[in-house]
Amino acid sequence: MSVGALFSQLLQVAIALALAPLLLGWVNQCRAWLANKRAPSLLLPYRTIHKLFTKDAVVADNASPIFRLAPYVVFGAMCCAAAIVPSLATALPFARAADAIALVGLFALARVFIALAAMDIGTSFGSLGARREMFVGFLAEPALLMVLFTASLISGSTALPTIVDTLAHRELAIYPSLAFAGVAFTMVSLAENARIPIDNPATHLELTMIHEAMILEYSARHLALLEWASALKLFNYSCIGLALFVPFGIAEGTNWLAMLGAAPALIAKLGVGGALLALIETLSAKLRIFRAPEFLATAFLLAVLGMLVNLLLGS
Amino acid sequence: MISPLALIGVAIAAWLAIGAAGLARPRALPLVRTLFPLGALVGLFVAAVAFVALGLPPQVTVLPLGLPDLPFHWRVDALSAFFLILLGLAAAAVSLFSAGYFRSGEGTAPGLLCFQYHAFLAAMALVLVADDAYMFMVAWETMALASFFLVTTDHRIPQIRQAGFLYLLIAHVGAIAILLCFGVLQGGRGDYTFAAMRTTTLSGFWSSAAFLLALFGFGAKAGLLPLHVWLPEAHPAAPSPVSALMSGVMLKTAIYGLLRVTFDLLSVQIWWWGAVALALGLLTALFGVVFAAVQTDMKRLLAYSSIENIGIIVAGIALAILFKANGKLLLAAIALTAVLYHTLNHAFFKTLLFLATGSVLHATRERSLGKLGGLIHRMPWVAWLALVGTLAIAGLPPLNGFVSEWLLLQAFLFTPSLPQSFVNMLVPLAAAALVLAVALAAYVMVKFYGVIFLGRPREANLAYAHDAGPRERAALALLALGCVLLGIFPTAVIDLIDRVNGLLLDTSLARTGESNWLLLAPIATERSSYSPLIVLAVIVVVVVATMRIVRRVWHGRVRRAPAWDCGFPLQTPRMQDTAEGFGQPIRQVFEPFFQMERHLPSPFDSEPRYWVRVSDRLWEWLYVPIARTAERVARIVGLLQRGRIAVYLTYSFATLIALLFLTR
Repeated sequence: MSVGALFSQLLQVAIALALAPLLLGWVNQCRAWLANKRAPSLLLPYRTIHKLFTKDAVVADNASPIFRLAPYVVFGAMCCAAAIVPSLATALPFARAADAIALVGLFALARVFIALAAMDIGTSFGSLGARREMFVGFLAEPALLMVLFTASLISGSTALPTIVDTLAHRELAIYPSLAFAGVAFTMVSLAENARIPIDNPATHLELTMIHEAMILEYSARHLALLEWASALKLFNYSCIGLALFVPFGIAEGTNWLAMLGAAPALIAKLGVGGALLALIETLSAKLRIFRAPEFLATAFLLAVLGMLVNLLLGS
Repeated sequence: MISPLALIGVAIAAWLAIGAAGLARPRALPLVRTLFPLGALVGLFVAAVAFVALGLPPQVTVLPLGLPDLPFHWRVDALSAFFLILLGLAAAAVSLFSAGYFRSGEGTAPGLLCFQYHAFLAAMALVLVADDAYMFMVAWETMALASFFLVTTDHRIPQIRQAGFLYLLIAHVGAIAILLCFGVLQGGRGDYTFAAMRTTTLSGFWSSAAFLLALFGFGAKAGLLPLHVWLPEAHPAAPSPVSALMSGVMLKTAIYGLLRVTFDLLSVQIWWWGAVALALGLLTALFGVVFAAVQTDMKRLLAYSSIENIGIIVAGIALAILFKANGKLLLAAIALTAVLYHTLNHAFFKTLLFLATGSVLHATRERSLGKLGGLIHRMPWVAWLALVGTLAIAGLPPLNGFVSEWLLLQAFLFTPSLPQSFVNMLVPLAAAALVLAVALAAYVMVKFYGVIFLGRPREANLAYAHDAGPRERAALALLALGCVLLGIFPTAVIDLIDRVNGLLLDTSLARTGESNWLLLAPIATERSSYSPLIVLAVIVVVVVATMRIVRRVWHGRVRRAPAWDCGFPLQTPRMQDTAEGFGQPIRQVFEPFFQMERHLPSPFDSEPRYWVRVSDRLWEWLYVPIARTAERVARIVGLLQRGRIAVYLTYSFATLIALLFLTR
């Protein structure tokens, strides 16, 4: 592994870390515009994270070390995922260490840790949130894997760089299996990133919250890391979606100049994607928690259908 | 050089001797506490010998023991050596734990327990080295009986006796099927050695009969649907080290038997066996995990989780059969590697978790999840070591559970077009079901760990819970270390497993894959690769660096305060989610699976009570009708019973006349 490749790898993670809060800010801005409100600043997430870092951490009396460790593990898993997801370039060295299945595993690791941390204090909301998060996860995770499997059946590989290379170089045609997978992926991303219709990132209404319920007890730097991690998660999911369904413009090879050249394309694609996310969120209403399985089971079945279509039609 | 078989014979004799020594003074606890660590050493010795034997060609010997004219045959080859390693390592950890665990006054006297325990270990080792049907059945039955006595250690409690009998019954139904299977396999030649069975070629019909009998017989031992009912009864009844040994090792002897019959004794495999086993395995996996999610007893939860894992393993075996039958040996090797890897993993993390529940049980005298909580503060050692097992069994990278699931998914994904179009459709659906089961397992394990170790104690007397003793801690630590090492050095483990591939499939992953010590790539790095060590290193580096940087750039001040919880006052531990609460979404989604009785309080109740009982529909659908029929038949047969000697003499006379008439 050359130094240049390592540098490109670090560059990609650094860009992901830097852009993630911006994406979140952009989505929030779009949501505000669509709701006819005055939009908050694009840089608000950065300010929030900085503000939280400067505050004193308040930890519940009976918190165990797991509670304090969890934000770091979640953040670490998300950074790791940001290194795997081909957002700017495909041939990065770290992508060899973990393929699509390991990527889903990393997301699961983060989920399990945050759920355990939520149960640690022993408050009613914490355990409620943990239960709901695992509940959403057990359907969303298989659906995500099925989407990735559809793509890997097309390319004959579970390595993300190979998948993206294959998808980027095919002729422009509509693949029915990918269409199914695309819809399923959108649904999974909404659920996994705690967006409407499954969860509402802006709510603190007890009966409806999932993700927010789990992190109620967190403050200061722990909360900052968790906020940053969830921004990174949104960024990672967006990049997976872009890499699978609109892989054009991504840099091939590890040349960091090519990567910087790919950055504007990525930012443009993320801009459109973020606006679409805000549109979906504005147009839909939040589902009751017990409608969530139907939503996610639909996503799962669509993804499985995609796989079957791929086997039937060979495309 | 001494043959490994002789050394394993010595180890088996040593286990029996240790057991007999315990029998000499059954009530002497200090004696027993020194005997168990000796048993652990023997376990390590077995593992070491088997490790050597794994690299050697098959060793065969004929014992001067056995029935007249039917001497016992022993053989150790790569397959049995692999399972002997598993047995040795798990037995070492469980024995070490038992040295600190068993005490007087809990049912069976410790010395007698020591004998039963070591006889159980010896019988399992004998099952693995048996090379003829007689030896195998004798060892198999000894194993069943020894474990029956171990399960009924607390035999004064009627429920435990009941659980023991259920286990014994199903074990014997399974044993009959295995016996019949060997009967089919000898192909009418009357030679019951495995060597003779290997050379017999059976017709398609008889091969299928042998396979189905083996699947039924070994499935009964392993807990395959619908013969799984004994697991959730017997595991909670048994003392925890025994549950650990039964779940971690004994179920694996059934997997061993299934592999031995399918890939070694039968010379050809037929593709539809794979389809049947795949459906059965995945059904078992889903069934097990869904039931695990709604359990409120921690050991029952783990028992159902064992059913799930056995389902996954059988699904893997099914895949290997499918590939082998279609001549795709490399893919069969990947599937078989995944099977054996998962078998080994399950032996480690399930043993770890069962032992941890043993420590919790001793510290709190409580098995019900609804009365535990917050034990991470009182029992930090057990809690942190159990966390490793929990993350491993939930299939999270970079621990060991993930590696085997990764391999199995690779086998599923690279199913090339098989000639049977039906199977081509089945495989993606099977992959979906597998992934669903694995994701649900994470749900179950968060529930298991969160309710026992995290949160606030749900009962006042949990404040007196104490951490496990030094020997118990050491055993748990060994198993946790095993989970980590198996997780981060997969290629080393796969190199070992590859010897079994060489034996059973005549192929090897090493020749084709691009793996090295750091990177696991069973086919080629372009197709798929995974390096747990790098993933672990990156996560650790990021975590440490983030901690440092946050402290350097901002600060590291911490203040302790009461929990906030949205500002609600009067928080009590009863307001946390219970095990029932955590299982509620699963109960709702998978309602058709369960038979539920629920009592909901009315709003005007002054003392509201809520209870729900979830039971298995298969009881109602399968076991109760069988029991009723058996009862009815027994009643009819009972009519013959007159209690007068003259009547019985008439029966004998009539029988004689009938026989004479028939044979003439």
